[in-house]
Amino acid sequence: MSEYDLKQTPLHGAHLALKAKMAAFAGYDMPIQYEGVLAEHNWCRDHAALFDVSHMGQITFQGEGIIEFLEKLTPSSYGSLVDGACKYSVLMNEEGGMIDDLIITRVSDDHFKMVVNGACKDKDVAWFEQHLPEGIMMVRHEDRALLALQGPCAETVLNDVLGIDTAHLNYMNYMQAGEIDVFRLGYTGEDGFELSFPEAQATDIWNKLLAHDEVKPVGLAARDSLRLEMGYPLYGHDIDATTSPIEVGSRWIMGKLQNKTFIGSKRVLDEIENGAKRQRIGFELIDRGVAREGAEIFDASGETQVGVITSGTFSPTLQKAIGMAYIDSQYASDLGTEVIVRVRGRDLKAKITGLPFMEAQTKKNFKKAA
Amino acid sequence: MSDVKYTNDHEWIKMEGDTAWVGITTYARHALGDLVFLELPEVGREVTKGDDFAVVESVKAASEIYTPVTGEIVEVNEALADNLDDLKEDIDTGWIVKIKISNDNEAEGLMDKEAYDSFVEGLD
Repeated sequence: MSEYDLKQTPLHGAHLALKAKMAAFAGYDMPIQYEGVLAEHNWCRDHAALFDVSHMGQITFQGEGIIEFLEKLTPSSYGSLVDGACKYSVLMNEEGGMIDDLIITRVSDDHFKMVVNGACKDKDVAWFEQHLPEGIMMVRHEDRALLALQGPCAETVLNDVLGIDTAHLNYMNYMQAGEIDVFRLGYTGEDGFELSFPEAQATDIWNKLLAHDEVKPVGLAARDSLRLEMGYPLYGHDIDATTSPIEVGSRWIMGKLQNKTFIGSKRVLDEIENGAKRQRIGFELIDRGVAREGAEIFDASGETQVGVITSGTFSPTLQKAIGMAYIDSQYASDLGTEVIVRVRGRDLKAKITGLPFMEAQTKKNFKKAA
Repeated sequence: MSDVKYTNDHEWIKMEGDTAWVGITTYARHALGDLVFLELPEVGREVTKGDDFAVVESVKAASEIYTPVTGEIVEVNEALADNLDDLKEDIDTGWIVKIKISNDNEAEGLMDKEAYDSFVEGLD
């Protein structure tokens, strides 16, 4: 795809003005970094990071029967989800793999909002159209910007700059502040928000937030290292059309398993009963180096391949090389198991770890807002 | 550094007798961003002009470093792996490998400082 075919978010000009390094991502010309990935990563962990994620898909559903519709397309259940609560789930294909992962917000029982991956939004919408019953109206909001404000200062910044008081907004919950939809969640493991609003206000809100002393713009490179430290899967890398929620370790999105009739449930229920052949795990390198997507994992003898890496980087927070991989389930059960990772023909020692690599700092320890 | 020569791939080399000291330029260092790991080759490895002989890892990606000359790697700068800040255009501390060259002519086609500077200017 040439640069002329790339789409632009409403903040494209703002990124160029900040001299961001730009690159193609999900069909958009997106900011990869501004001052440097390490500084940006650390800023998010210590202050407040501002990301333009307007490439992501924003969709609203209104009408009767949305819960049944969602429970057919995803393995989660929504009947007990309270109004204003957000839920992480996945869109399933017939084979028990994933079409996308997404955040679903229940505004009320006949009104849901959804945020999906930018690279998947066209196929998601096509999938929805194929399954949408009469009586549900789907609206795609290509005319809305989406910002992520992430970090320990995010709540203060939101109040200082936009006058939005979120003291009583719980983690994974939603509120409306004028024209701004505020979701308390994110992809970094920090406390923070995603803000959706009409694109005409994008530059104004972006600039106002950036003017705050605690806020810096952060690009997609640091977004990747931040989410990796949290063990969050990235669609197209750690999860795809072949990976089941059980292999991924996302059994938790199915709660008490009230929903057993979703698309692709046959494989998923079988894997719950009998176990999956492979399992997503975390690893850290014992030897020096960095192991990235595609590197093969062998048992300690270095002779039998047992898995393959789907994401890897050097963790700025932990100061060691970490990553995620799928390995044969028999090797996945014992944390600390030593394995060999082959990087450019060199065998590096690694050990299997749990996920995430560090504890989330999300705000979840106080009672739901009244 | 008048006797230092430069490549299109942003390596520098300095000849000392039949041995080439090889490193990367300030421009390359800047473009690579925050480095976290340097993978050095083994001493004794034979390399051909254009081969990659070392890899630098940033948080984002791995980047190869190419040799501008053919020959045998006779020394590697192990100290660099622990001091990645030194990986720059500095003959004393920033060299990555020393290569005993087997073809005198290869270094002659490379750019001098002035030519390299205008080459870099044209890139921005």
